Amino acid sequence: MTQIFAYIPYKNGAAEDIALEFPSAAKKIDESASLTAVVTGSGADLDKVVEDMTGIYSEVIKVDNADLAYPNADVVRKALANIIPLDAIFLTAHDTFGMDLAPGLSVKMDSSYAADVVDFEGIDGTTLKAVRQELGGAVSTHMTIDIASGAVMTVRPGSFAPVEGGSAGGSVTDKSGDAGDLSAKRKFLEIVEAEVGDVDITKSDVLVSIGRGIEDEDNIEVAQELAEAMKAVVSCSRPIVDAKWLEKSRQVGTSGQTVKPKVYMAMGISGSFQHLGGVKGNPFIVAVNKNPKAPIFQVADVGVVEDILDFMPELTEAINDL
Amino acid sequence: MEILVCVKRVPDTAENEFELNGAGNDLDRDDLVYSVNEWDNYAVEEAIQIVDKVGGNVTVVTVGDDESEEVLRREMAMGANNGILLSDDAFEGSDGKGIAAILKAEIEKGSYDLIMTGAQADEGAGQVGGMLAAMLDMPYASLVNKIEVGDSKITVGREIEGGNQEMNEMQLPCVLSIQTGINEPRYVGIRGIRKVAKLDIPVKSASDLGVEGVGDAGAKTKRVDYFVPDLGDGAEMLEGSTDEIIEKLIEKLKAKGGL
Repeated sequence: MTQIFAYIPYKNGAAEDIALEFPSAAKKIDESASLTAVVTGSGADLDKVVEDMTGIYSEVIKVDNADLAYPNADVVRKALANIIPLDAIFLTAHDTFGMDLAPGLSVKMDSSYAADVVDFEGIDGTTLKAVRQELGGAVSTHMTIDIASGAVMTVRPGSFAPVEGGSAGGSVTDKSGDAGDLSAKRKFLEIVEAEVGDVDITKSDVLVSIGRGIEDEDNIEVAQELAEAMKAVVSCSRPIVDAKWLEKSRQVGTSGQTVKPKVYMAMGISGSFQHLGGVKGNPFIVAVNKNPKAPIFQVADVGVVEDILDFMPELTEAINDL
Repeated sequence: MEILVCVKRVPDTAENEFELNGAGNDLDRDDLVYSVNEWDNYAVEEAIQIVDKVGGNVTVVTVGDDESEEVLRREMAMGANNGILLSDDAFEGSDGKGIAAILKAEIEKGSYDLIMTGAQADEGAGQVGGMLAAMLDMPYASLVNKIEVGDSKITVGREIEGGNQEMNEMQLPCVLSIQTGINEPRYVGIRGIRKVAKLDIPVKSASDLGVEGVGDAGAKTKRVDYFVPDLGDGAEMLEGSTDEIIEKLIEKLKAKGGL
């Protein structure tokens, strides 16, 4: 029987949403597979998450060790390599921790590796079929993964339907004694909190958000004029912050701010999943992009294929004339 | 400090509209514009800045075909001291582990204090750096957006969720995957590339490196095909003249609370 283990990420004693999504992913791998949640950490936060997971998973492994109190991937990897059966399927989130942990874990477990999986299409013999994306979401691919000697995979948060939790009545196995030597050459120091900017984009009902399509720092003025006309605030995608054209506090995405506006104007934004991961609350999304194949058009409510540098000034003028 | 940066030649996502080929199982690659992977450019810039401060050399390496030499040369024009091309028909079809195994063989022939990769490349897996570190038994940090070099160890910042930064102390040698935004990569003009046009770039084959079991036959993870997913309706596309589009858009924005 296929054995699947899912690593549960959490913060302040609360599991991330993906804890409810792993069971759907596991079913798509193999309906009859056994599924076990794995929770590592230390103290009260760990106990709270383990307790919560017994409502979702029938089997929960708990690993309590002071060295695991902060999830340093180099330390967690050592513990997992000692605890997870080498021929099992191991799932973790494709987030900043999973990306840190998983590729190396697949080497230590001598397992196949697949990253950022968005769908599974079942097992045929020892071959698992999976779907992922390439080129910033422009194209999808079917993958085959040889699971004969196990597999480590990261799955994209939000890609699998969340299950209803609460009543699984799972049992807890304490594997703290099996973690082994947890010494590491990487030491966690501290978290430096994001700087607070002059504008709080999370408070605005309307965002005019710009991406690579703005092309030049001087053109940001054009977006600011549209934002003023709409009584909105200018936000942006990652390349704009990387280029230092706007401050980090204006960045929407998993590595930036999470926003919940009523209307989101995606101007020259291609629409990577990392960017869209920061857009919550199901806003009305308007996408303007000169590339008709931009992934943003798959998720937007309304789309316009035009160059934003031509389109935004005309829209601004029309709004100001209202 | 001896720094090795692993780079890759990839289709440029900013310059291409990706289409499937006639058979629908691969990209139409005829007119694709290729360039160095964006993340790798930040890694090379960071390596050059570190060497400018503390001394040493930057070597850039790639696994690829003859055409990959151009990205090595571009990074040498930025300031990397050496380039190495790992090229062999036997490397074709390698999965992430295959690529990592090829790079590992080259790394073990040198003596590097720091090994860098881009945080991810065209396939979006972000896997080679972490695999390399595990194969070499070195500490690893991904998504690095700050590096401070000290004696025998370094302090690195990792980009984590919500714009926060996770600070770590790493012993050398170590492997880091570099996130965009860590610096501002310098511009390389045609003149810069001309200056390095005659520099020797050694090419190493599977037998030079002594690697086996890589390539398509050794790959446990394989791409079967490319496709464009049918995600339901998608956006309602507004069409017509710009004036007509704007008129329709304004009506919708009024209805949805945008105006």
